[in-house]
Amino acid sequence: MLNSLGREIPEYIEGIGKLEPYQGALTKLRKGWMDEPTIPAPNKAYLPHQSKLCKTLEEAIIRSNPHNGMTVSFHHHLRNGDILLVQTLTILHNMGIREITLASSSLNECHDPILPYLKDGTVTRIFSSGIRSQLGQAIAMGVLDTPVVIHSHGGRVRSIHTGKIQIDLAVIPASAADCEGNATGSHGKSAFGSIGYAVIDARYAKQVIVVTDNLVDFPCIPLSISQNFIDHVVLVDSIGDASKIATGTTRITNSPMDLRIAKLAADVIEHSGFFVPGFAFQVGAGGASLAVAKFIREKMKTKGLKGSFMLGGITSYCVDMLNEGLFETIFDVQSFDAVVSNSLLNNRRHIEIPAALYANPFNCGCITNKIDVVVLGALEIDVDFNVNVITGSEGKIRGASGGHSDTASGAKLTVVVCPSFRGRIPIIKKRVHTIVTPGETVHVLVTERGICVNPAFKELEENLRRAGLNIKEIHDLEIEVDQITGIPAPLEYTDKIVGIVEYRDGTIIDVIRQLKE
Amino acid sequence: MKNFRNRRTMLYIPGNNPAMIQQGGVYGADSILLDLEDAVALNQKDAARALVRNMIKVTNFYDAEVCVRVNHLSTPFGLADLEEIVPLQPSAIRYPKTESPEEVADLLAIIEKIEDRHGLPHNRMTLHAMIETAMGVQNVFNIASKFSRVDAITIGGQDLTADMNIIYTSDGAGIDFARKRIVMAAKASHIDVIDTVFPDVNDEEGLRKETEYAKKIGFTGKAVINPRQIDIIHEVYTPTEEEIRKAYRIVKEFRANSAAGIGVFAIEGKMIDAPIVARAEYLLRLAKITVS
Repeated sequence: MLNSLGREIPEYIEGIGKLEPYQGALTKLRKGWMDEPTIPAPNKAYLPHQSKLCKTLEEAIIRSNPHNGMTVSFHHHLRNGDILLVQTLTILHNMGIREITLASSSLNECHDPILPYLKDGTVTRIFSSGIRSQLGQAIAMGVLDTPVVIHSHGGRVRSIHTGKIQIDLAVIPASAADCEGNATGSHGKSAFGSIGYAVIDARYAKQVIVVTDNLVDFPCIPLSISQNFIDHVVLVDSIGDASKIATGTTRITNSPMDLRIAKLAADVIEHSGFFVPGFAFQVGAGGASLAVAKFIREKMKTKGLKGSFMLGGITSYCVDMLNEGLFETIFDVQSFDAVVSNSLLNNRRHIEIPAALYANPFNCGCITNKIDVVVLGALEIDVDFNVNVITGSEGKIRGASGGHSDTASGAKLTVVVCPSFRGRIPIIKKRVHTIVTPGETVHVLVTERGICVNPAFKELEENLRRAGLNIKEIHDLEIEVDQITGIPAPLEYTDKIVGIVEYRDGTIIDVIRQLKE
Repeated sequence: MKNFRNRRTMLYIPGNNPAMIQQGGVYGADSILLDLEDAVALNQKDAARALVRNMIKVTNFYDAEVCVRVNHLSTPFGLADLEEIVPLQPSAIRYPKTESPEEVADLLAIIEKIEDRHGLPHNRMTLHAMIETAMGVQNVFNIASKFSRVDAITIGGQDLTADMNIIYTSDGAGIDFARKRIVMAAKASHIDVIDTVFPDVNDEEGLRKETEYAKKIGFTGKAVINPRQIDIIHEVYTPTEEEIRKAYRIVKEFRANSAAGIGVFAIEGKMIDAPIVARAEYLLRLAKITVS
């Protein structure tokens, strides 16, 4: 069957179930409720003064009823410094546990060591918002029989509510925790800031292990994760490589190209009609996306303009803007550097939020619904403004859906920033390899060679033209770039589906097929 | 002013770097300077010349003026550079270490011979003379004023201080006399004058201060070694809204008064005469505004 973007979606996939095709960004939300039933969260009982402390992670896992076919979940707040996902799967592998469903909120390069477990049947299914490096390459080549499911951050919460992801064991690293499992990421030697993605895991998993390298006296404050959901607590020497968990401060890029694109994006925002007192703003943490914040900061100071809140992945740059009074509040679902952890701990206007409040489409209002302006990156974008952030030009899985589609769907102005080509590869395509974010939720593309406005947003285009910005029709820019780079030969695939890309409402927006050898 | 165009920024791009040449036009610099001279190592000279020759033909530099800095004719590369580049007729050839009007005359004779061989006119491509030696500074007025094809002169601070056997300092003390002498020569000749590069790409405040100084003493613009420097220089050189409004009013009232046969008039009690009108017209050209 075809979804509304013309992508062929199978009706059923073994190991995944029946699929529902994407029908529009807000189509399912207009009803006002979610049709799928919500499964109940488990209710457990502990005796008074019963100890939750385990001597080792292995002991905690043994006490968590490990079994074949179980689903194990993790959060990715430790980014590329995480060591516990690999340790946990190694313990399960050594116990002979097989056919594990891995449900990590994202997967990074540090998780490459689990690749043998995908090959030997220890791990047979994966749900994640992002997959990179050797794992992404192997999955694209068909290492798993069952396709991986790529979801958004908001969509993951929905999948747990509906039971599409039924977590048997959640392993939650925390930089500080007490003996009852009250836990946080906001202090300790391995501080990583917000622990927002793990809150839903703690609530819904049949068994929950908090792992910390910093066992503090009861109670551990703040109670980012609270004890009433925690089964076991483990003190370990280290939860990860601190240098990769959080750097000191996030630096704005020095790349002239990223800065050029960021400057143009800031000009777009300034003249869009949405750069007004009280505006709500989100930017990504890397490259041109973060650099937009630098120029917006300058423009806000020049105009004496004060915004409402910043949202999402939070960097020290966002904290600086909060402290300068440029924004009233930060809602933080994920923190990117050490300065952010300090702010989260000490500034009451810097608020830690769970993924459900951040971006779950099926509740009475996630905060992404209140964004005015979001700046997002792209691996590819097509002439219909559909964006790919998951598969690279060579067809391998090498990115993350993350909050891309969540924030784009909520924002009044979604600005996608990217260079018009990388290396010799054009970024603007007739048709992107994989759609993650639908073009109907993308307002404007900013590249170094021109700004393209989605023709659905005429008033925005008029505003930008009036400001004298270099507006080009996206088909024209595509041709211009193709003339520089040439058109790459199309990739070759087999019929086998190796990944499905879920839109945030649970419908399927695209599939990823196996690359030919 | 001949062939007026903004020359607030002139971005140096090494002639042996295809990626940088390809992207040269996207940063908004008023001029692109493809460099075959100091930015290119001796063993790369031939490759750079061929690369620049080929890329000029196919690269879209958008609205930027495209110039090529060739090697000096006293080197083994200068003549070969001219043979390859002149037939392409970039907007301008930039000639390094120009020291005398005789040298310019010899250079132009070679250029014109090449143009004749290719059936090209002698009035399309211009020449930018770089003043980078004490001798060049002494002779700058004759270099700037004697040739209709010389439409800009520039100062090369690093080479000049080396020639003077002094150290380049951030306050520019050693080259201040040269700067002002070169500016005066350009103004007397009614041509553009471009300031030397600011070498510390991470010192934005220093760049802003030096550009403000260059603007104050009369430079038309400034050479740029990193695209990150462009916006700061443009900010300094771009007239403010208030300046534009004032200039617009001056030019408009000047035209009305001229039509009525009045040469000198006043706006808000201040006398407006020809120099003030010329300055206002210059500002409006910078802002790309025409008076209706």
